Amino acid sequence: AMEGGPSARIREGDCAVLKRDEVFKAVSVLRRRKIIFEKQWFYLDNAIGHIYGTTFEVTSGGNLQPKQEVEETTTETKEAGTDNRNIVDDGKSQKLTHDDIKALKDKGIKGQEIVQQLIENSTTFRDKTEFAQDKYIKKKKKKYEAVITIVKPSTRILSTMYYAREPGKINHLRYDTLAQMLTLGNIRAGNKMIVMETCAGLVLGAVMERMGGYGSIIQMYPGGGPVRAATSCFGFPKPFFDNLHEFPLSKVQSLLSGTFSTETLPADPEDNALVEEESNGLSEEKQSSLQETEEEPATEAPMEISPAEEQDTMDINAEDVEFKENKEKENKENVREKQIKQWERRKKLKEAAALLREKNADGLIVASKFHPTPLLLSLLEFVAPSRPFVVYCQYKEPLLECYTKLRERGGVINLKLSETWLRNYQVLPDRSHPKLTMSGGGGYLLSGITVVLEKGKSDSSNSEALKMEEPSSKRCKLQDLPC
Amino acid sequence: MSFVEYGDTIKDGDTAIVFLGHESMFPVKVQHGSVTQTKYGVIRHSTDLIGKKYGSKVTCSKGGWVFILHPTPELWTMNLPHRTQILYSTDISIITMMLELKPGSIVCESGTGSGSLSHALIRTVAPTGHLYTVEFHQQRAEKAREEFREHGVEHLVTVTNQDVCKNGFGVSNIADAVFLDIPSPWEAIGHAKSALKAEGGRICSFSPCIEQVQRTCLAMEESGFTEINTLEILLRVYNVRTVSLQIPDLGKAAEDNSSAGFDSSSPSHQGSSCANLQQGTVQFKSGVPLREVVGHTGYLTFATKS
Repeated sequence: AMEGGPSARIREGDCAVLKRDEVFKAVSVLRRRKIIFEKQWFYLDNAIGHIYGTTFEVTSGGNLQPKQEVEETTTETKEAGTDNRNIVDDGKSQKLTHDDIKALKDKGIKGQEIVQQLIENSTTFRDKTEFAQDKYIKKKKKKYEAVITIVKPSTRILSTMYYAREPGKINHLRYDTLAQMLTLGNIRAGNKMIVMETCAGLVLGAVMERMGGYGSIIQMYPGGGPVRAATSCFGFPKPFFDNLHEFPLSKVQSLLSGTFSTETLPADPEDNALVEEESNGLSEEKQSSLQETEEEPATEAPMEISPAEEQDTMDINAEDVEFKENKEKENKENVREKQIKQWERRKKLKEAAALLREKNADGLIVASKFHPTPLLLSLLEFVAPSRPFVVYCQYKEPLLECYTKLRERGGVINLKLSETWLRNYQVLPDRSHPKLTMSGGGGYLLSGITVVLEKGKSDSSNSEALKMEEPSSKRCKLQDLPC
Repeated sequence: MSFVEYGDTIKDGDTAIVFLGHESMFPVKVQHGSVTQTKYGVIRHSTDLIGKKYGSKVTCSKGGWVFILHPTPELWTMNLPHRTQILYSTDISIITMMLELKPGSIVCESGTGSGSLSHALIRTVAPTGHLYTVEFHQQRAEKAREEFREHGVEHLVTVTNQDVCKNGFGVSNIADAVFLDIPSPWEAIGHAKSALKAEGGRICSFSPCIEQVQRTCLAMEESGFTEINTLEILLRVYNVRTVSLQIPDLGKAAEDNSSAGFDSSSPSHQGSSCANLQQGTVQFKSGVPLREVVGHTGYLTFATKS
């Protein structure tokens, strides 16, 4: 079930991620397809066949060319000032005008040369300190040197990308918080996991990556079908989906009470699912990207169309042609196909229900826009004893309530409400410090371990458990520190 | 049981976690005829543990009870015998994600130390991956080997007793990721590079001091690593408490209090906060930070070989 590491080459049809500095964008690799990324347009054709991790330059005509390692020739004299006491901001230090620069760009001159010209035409450059010169060059390079690295998608890259570009779609789940969830949930090959998320399928994808195609996952979904836009960006091999099941949240109660039946489903679940999916994911996606472009005209639409969507449009086009050719036959086949699809859907639903009924799942992961308490109280029923569970919430308060309700219910121990802080550093000789900005919030986690739930005498044991588990704030000892 | 596979019932030879209460637990090696002392009395392995379900409540001789839990790398980290300073789950989780580890990954690690990270790495790369871990302290290396055997994961790990700075990892062009937790990681960057696959991979170095980070970053740059990025992750734990605050007496008449901003009758306030006007207090639920928390473990520097 394994596929190669970072070694693999870029192939047509792959899901890949473009990277420029700290900015990512997920794309599918297709020939003759214009990509717009960071205000630049290009084709991916020339990238096909290269190893993932290769850095490319954008040449005129939108072609990609692997970047050659060039010796830095920027400051041959290495002249520099010691302080800025004589540097005056008169706005005239740069002798090149906006029009000059635009002309250079229009001529198709390489970014590297533009940077060199900017340096040569800066009257204050030589008076700047060595550090300031360094900073100046870096800033200009970032602006004029169009280099793009194509990397293989991973949880690391996709969770960073989503948090930066579309935090609203993943309920502001920061990547380090997601990392905590995977570890606290003991996600690994061979598990039988229950996942309930409304994070565009990012959490599902992260769980799938850690399970490597071994074991099974039951995805609980609200509405007509699960949203997996982010999941499709991972580019998982087909076998990874063989043991991925889905079950509608709206049927959980009937499953628990024993009245569940696939016959009670709406007449045509397939159609419903498609409609719902559209309103849940796709159209919403378009809407939000529209809003974003309105607010900030400079930024492009947040993300490439996911490969799955593209597949859809392509299929529809193909169908269109066929449709005209033999309408009648198609119609009959359509009805039949629909019946087969519906039958298959029922079969899959029955399988998922059977897996849940065993009540022996190896863990529960919840990361959704819904209130976590009712989800936990119901879904924990499907989890075996001595297994971890993790709930994410963007806000702390619902988790406070969830904590209290779980205590009342019993059957859980080692409950922990936590949050992580993430700080990035600039590390340069004599210039090391924390980065200027850090993320204000990446959400909260409530985690714990299930135990055998003793029904009936739960009252007395609960109060005892509560007492027993009450953490004494006086006793918080500082863990032995390194150094 | 094994550290890479769940089992339902407790068996002879298992490592189980005895859970006594909040943050109070310890590991126990389950053996026929063996007994374990707890503050709630004695646990007899043959009758109290073997054959019972993991997650069961076990009544001890004095009438008190404990829970018996299936081992996981996270529970092991909280309970393992320290032979060195160890990495905790907060750092481990970001290391695992940023190194892009998954089933099938080949990882090199040094030093092995107490095996806290090792267990988590093995869990993640199983069943088809492998961990090559290097520990220069002979006794620690031997102890780690013994633990891996006991935990049923020895087929997924190779422990080598040598100095990683001098002799490297003992493998080349094989790893998807390298992790360093040694005092002078900059001396091992070259070895790390040759341990990684020719096509590339990820590296992480953990250091408590910024001077160590500085030298490591320079060494990484000189060795041609890219995407060099240093970060720090901190865990904040909250105690869930019901807090009551007194309503100040501003000399108003009792009936006026209801207009003072506290609505005791509104059902929407129940559970989150509620005012008790008779007693003159307002109650609410709060997540209270611990009085003292870990402020720094170490800097994590990540980079890519490509």
